[in-house]
Amino acid sequence: MAANTGTYLIQGAAILGGEPADLLVRDGIIAEIGSGLSADGATVIDATGLVALPGMVDVHTHLREPGREDAETVETGTRAAALGGYTAVHAMANSTPVADTAGVVEQVYTLGRAAGWVDVRPVGAVTVGLAGEQLAELGAMADSRARVRMFSDDGICVHDPVLMRRALEYVKAFDGVVAQHAQEPRLTAGAQMNEGDVSAVLGLTGWPAVAEESIIARDVLLARHVGSRLHVCHVSTAGSVEIIRWAKERGIDVTAEVTPHHLLLTDDLVRSYDPVFKVNPPLRTDADVQALRAGLADGTIDVVGTDHAPHPSEHKECEWAQAAMGMTGLETALSVVQHAMIDTGLMTWADFARVTSTAAAKIGRLSDQGRPIEAGEPANLILVDPAARWTVDPFQMATMGRNSPFKGRELPGKVVATFFRGHPTVLGGALNTPHPEAAATPAGAA
Amino acid sequence: MKHLLSTEDLSLSNAIRILDTAEEMSAVGEREVKKLPALRGRTVVNLFFEDSTRTRISFEAAAKRLSADVINFAAKGSSVSKGESLKDTAQTLSAMGADAVVIRHWASGAPHRLAATDWIDAAVINAGDGTHEHPTQALLDAFTMRRHWARLAGTGSEGADLKGMRVAIAGDVLHSRVARSNVWLLRTLGAEVTLVAPPTLLPVGVEKWPCSVSYDLDQTLANGVDAMMMLRVQGERMNASFFPSTREYSRRWGFDDNRLRALDDLGMTDTIIMHPGPMNRGLEISAAAADSPRSTVLAQVRNGVSVRMAALYLLLSGDTREPAAHRAPAYAAAAPSTKESI
Repeated sequence: MAANTGTYLIQGAAILGGEPADLLVRDGIIAEIGSGLSADGATVIDATGLVALPGMVDVHTHLREPGREDAETVETGTRAAALGGYTAVHAMANSTPVADTAGVVEQVYTLGRAAGWVDVRPVGAVTVGLAGEQLAELGAMADSRARVRMFSDDGICVHDPVLMRRALEYVKAFDGVVAQHAQEPRLTAGAQMNEGDVSAVLGLTGWPAVAEESIIARDVLLARHVGSRLHVCHVSTAGSVEIIRWAKERGIDVTAEVTPHHLLLTDDLVRSYDPVFKVNPPLRTDADVQALRAGLADGTIDVVGTDHAPHPSEHKECEWAQAAMGMTGLETALSVVQHAMIDTGLMTWADFARVTSTAAAKIGRLSDQGRPIEAGEPANLILVDPAARWTVDPFQMATMGRNSPFKGRELPGKVVATFFRGHPTVLGGALNTPHPEAAATPAGAA
Repeated sequence: MKHLLSTEDLSLSNAIRILDTAEEMSAVGEREVKKLPALRGRTVVNLFFEDSTRTRISFEAAAKRLSADVINFAAKGSSVSKGESLKDTAQTLSAMGADAVVIRHWASGAPHRLAATDWIDAAVINAGDGTHEHPTQALLDAFTMRRHWARLAGTGSEGADLKGMRVAIAGDVLHSRVARSNVWLLRTLGAEVTLVAPPTLLPVGVEKWPCSVSYDLDQTLANGVDAMMMLRVQGERMNASFFPSTREYSRRWGFDDNRLRALDDLGMTDTIIMHPGPMNRGLEISAAAADSPRSTVLAQVRNGVSVRMAALYLLLSGDTREPAAHRAPAYAAAAPSTKESI
């Protein structure tokens, strides 16, 4: 029992956007839910007008440590995560060294526990050094203290069909999932932006939708053939949504993710040649944005993953072709999804909880995240003010990355409080303190 | 007028103003003393991240005829990993007091970055960026066409546009900044443009451009052409499956001797043959075509100096008035570039 996490009485929060209720959080769990609750010595939080949601789980985060601590560290990235409403993040494997051994994933896991802002779940590389040639020791990473369940060469596609087949088969031994970065490399050599009307005018090498869709089509057929679990990272095209819908209709065990930026931004923004809009996969067209929203709303796309990718400013203050790909996202995800999905009437807050928490925890096999908001459940909770409006300023963020494509935009929704296993990591919309016993508390999957 | 970055959003009135000013500048080139004092004391930097001797010396001649001080800065490479960044280079030039930067860069959009950021306050002229645009090339092409078109009409060039002129542009449109700048500018000036290329060398999305597209050069010629512009085929395309062989390319899309004869047979006595140079003789254009009286290749080079003088003069002379008439045509409004170009 984590005695030091204290007692909090949250009054009048709309659970999943429903009727207001009181929640009593004590010793890391939701002790009681009801109306007119009271508790001696409890810190009272007036949650009138706020929505209570399960702590968000990001299936796709780049924390950059080890190796690129000039871009982000586990400490700064998880502070950003907590502020954004997350209680767990999956740290992608493309660090330096690559997270392709038990040693590296345990290092990232330990750094996450020491930081104490969220659960850090390392993702293991599928192939040694992300080189796409030889399987990494997936079993060793699965058996390590980090208990890796998600494997990905994200940033690079596992394009060799035999290697992809083997990876899909092999991870069945420990209930793992291969998260594919779907990008046919030959069709995207030197690619700079979505191939279409805008690339034609701008003279930037096109990145055709078919390069993504052909890999997804191949992979869902492979997954069906070997009876494995496949996750598709950052789906960005209408065609990809169609293929995944087709696969799910046939019972293929595939899940898919969409980023907040692909739910809102289009390749028209590239006309500025400002590399803050350069990302992999690239921003697509409005028709793609609409298809992605529809796919997320109808469950074809299971989760929102941020693909939070901080970069030092010199990697963005340059020519488009020279610039690094990627955008920050942890601190804007909730607002962007509210703007694109909830304020448009496409989804409810209950749907939001599914795509940002419940389904994400299930994909990553996190047993104590993404749980229902019920008495006895772990107190991984957030309180959101859906009526708040704020203007995005990258220099006010906790992430070290200043590369937010939403800079200067006014967005709805603000995370007022984040409870991470009963402890408020965020209170009053600002960082509070890390979980006091993070280093001593068993984290993540049972 | 602040920058000249593209022709996509260049208004008709500004285009005409540059062409008319270039006519005045051209008169200077015919004098014994080819020099005006207009830009005395101003500094023009030729910032070239890519080799291009002809474009650089054309801008250099233009600036010198206007009495500007010229600094040539050849900065090959420029990546954050290999050396000084574009930002640092720009700030260095700014600190040295450059009034105008003429930039040639292999990366599409590099001139837009210079103009959009606070790295440098100078006027930016795009001297060719990647596969995006080469506005002064399109302006010198239009200048050349306009003189020809006005001569046929028996009128002066001053104030004229290219209404009704049929222009075919043949070659590697996909990788051509010259083709892009020409398509936008010629449409603005009222010409009818047909692009002729193998389907592999046309960009996805070309169907939205304000022009016709053909895969058949002979048919295009038979339909009637007043100016035939051939584009250079880059050597590196030849091994990347864009077309099977240079011979096949030349037969189907090159302006060879048979097609030169066809102009005569079709009775198109006034059709000119254009090429931005440098030419691959025997590939996209035959020697006989390049050297024929129809060829305007050398006139284009000569006119290039006049057009660049006009651009430098208008950007640096402090003339900031924006003519109200003649907004850019509809396609530009539907697909705006975020930076104003002039």
